[in-house]
Amino acid sequence: MLQGSTWGRWLFLGVFLCIWQVAALLLQSDQLPGPLEVLQSLWFHLIEGDLLQSIIVTLRRVLLAFTLAMVVGVIVGFLMGRFPLIDTILDGVLIMGLNIPALVIIILCYVWFGLVEAAAVAAVAINKMPLVAVTVREGVRAIDHQLLQVGDVFQVSLIRRLIHIYMPQLYPYLMTAARSGLSLIWKIVLVVELLGRSDGVGFQLSTFFQFFDITSILAYTLAFVLVIYSIESMLMRPLENHLTRWRS
Amino acid sequence: MRGCRVNIAKKCFAEIPVIQQLEFEILTNAFVTLVGPSGAGKSTLLNILSGLDSEFTGSLEWADGGPGRIGYVFQDPRLMPWLTVRENIELVMTDADEDKPWVDHLLRKVELSDRAEAYPGQLSGGMQRRVALARAMAIKPDILLLDEPFTSLDEPTAAGLREMVLNLWRDHSSAVLLVTHNLREALELADQILFLSKGPARIVHREALLPSRIDPVVKRDADELGRELMKRHPDILSGIAAFSNPNPGKL
Repeated sequence: MLQGSTWGRWLFLGVFLCIWQVAALLLQSDQLPGPLEVLQSLWFHLIEGDLLQSIIVTLRRVLLAFTLAMVVGVIVGFLMGRFPLIDTILDGVLIMGLNIPALVIIILCYVWFGLVEAAAVAAVAINKMPLVAVTVREGVRAIDHQLLQVGDVFQVSLIRRLIHIYMPQLYPYLMTAARSGLSLIWKIVLVVELLGRSDGVGFQLSTFFQFFDITSILAYTLAFVLVIYSIESMLMRPLENHLTRWRS
Repeated sequence: MRGCRVNIAKKCFAEIPVIQQLEFEILTNAFVTLVGPSGAGKSTLLNILSGLDSEFTGSLEWADGGPGRIGYVFQDPRLMPWLTVRENIELVMTDADEDKPWVDHLLRKVELSDRAEAYPGQLSGGMQRRVALARAMAIKPDILLLDEPFTSLDEPTAAGLREMVLNLWRDHSSAVLLVTHNLREALELADQILFLSKGPARIVHREALLPSRIDPVVKRDADELGRELMKRHPDILSGIAAFSNPNPGKL
């Protein structure tokens, strides 16, 4: 099963690259460089340019915004799921937060707090928080009280209850929040960098855009995709497999 | 070890009384069985005794000021699906690390030694019930609450588990409160049987028994007593499947 899906993934990648190469050859246009050219450009930026530096800067922002959003989102989501009063009070804010366009939040953060690093990170985190809160709230509402009663009756200590009875019920929701959150953050971080930072992948892309350097844009995208795949396969998936090993 | 005077004046769910004027005593080291039709509030009663449900009028007077350690086998197994069989048992123990042999002993008793590292999802319903029973026994409870723990088990296994409960009851002088549909089981195990009416639950009949305990000679007496009770109280016992058994010699 696992091997089959890995095989399918590689097949898809091969077919995709072939179509890309053929299309590039047929069009012979600057606006669609072939995969080989992009790879060469990637190599160039890696060795000669500041691709690595940009990615590290962007990753740092992603990590900060992600952590901030998860911590605040989990706390707020927990409180809302647990206490109906807090839920009623914050529900309006949450719906607003879910629906305000990311761009508006970014602009407001830059205007109010200045074109600084903290504003950039905050803007990204604020965009993601409501999503985390909503997911965690669902998880808290779905807690199985019959299992909690087991802890009550048998007088299991608070810490053990938290680790072995309560949290495992929330893990699927936390994983969903982390996954969907991470993908959202990738997208928003670049916009934030494009609008108000002078380094990072988003800033580089805006420079290439000014020169219509499509090859470099695609090279950066490719590098970015590789980073995302590595995080997914080396961090997220093993973590998820570990947490859901009892489901097999 | 603990005795308890139970006095539940009224217990309602959504203003419908489930238990009314239910009074009885669990003596120290008693084995009490509750028999009654479904929906008679038996599980509710166990929840009250376990302290999970405190919304009732009436009182529980524990002999030593409190119930002490409670072992509860719920009607459904209520195992943590993300913990292995062994971890589920160790979860409720405070000294699980020092007392591995005790867990091993319990696992042997419930015939699950070879499934200790399995997750509940990989076990049959009957196996899960046995884990739940082992978990309740693991803490060597002062009072053991059993909510139909032997249903849907094959008879040899059920007999083995009954014996295990009896052993615990003897060795640790626990008080045991067993809810069952099975009158024969009640007669075999308990030294006191309380027959409950349809909801709101009241006690309609008390039967004090000599401790018979899985003794083949006494078992026949139990059969006779069962039939006699059926004759005397056809209304209470009509819903209880036990002596309509076409094969009265066997359980």
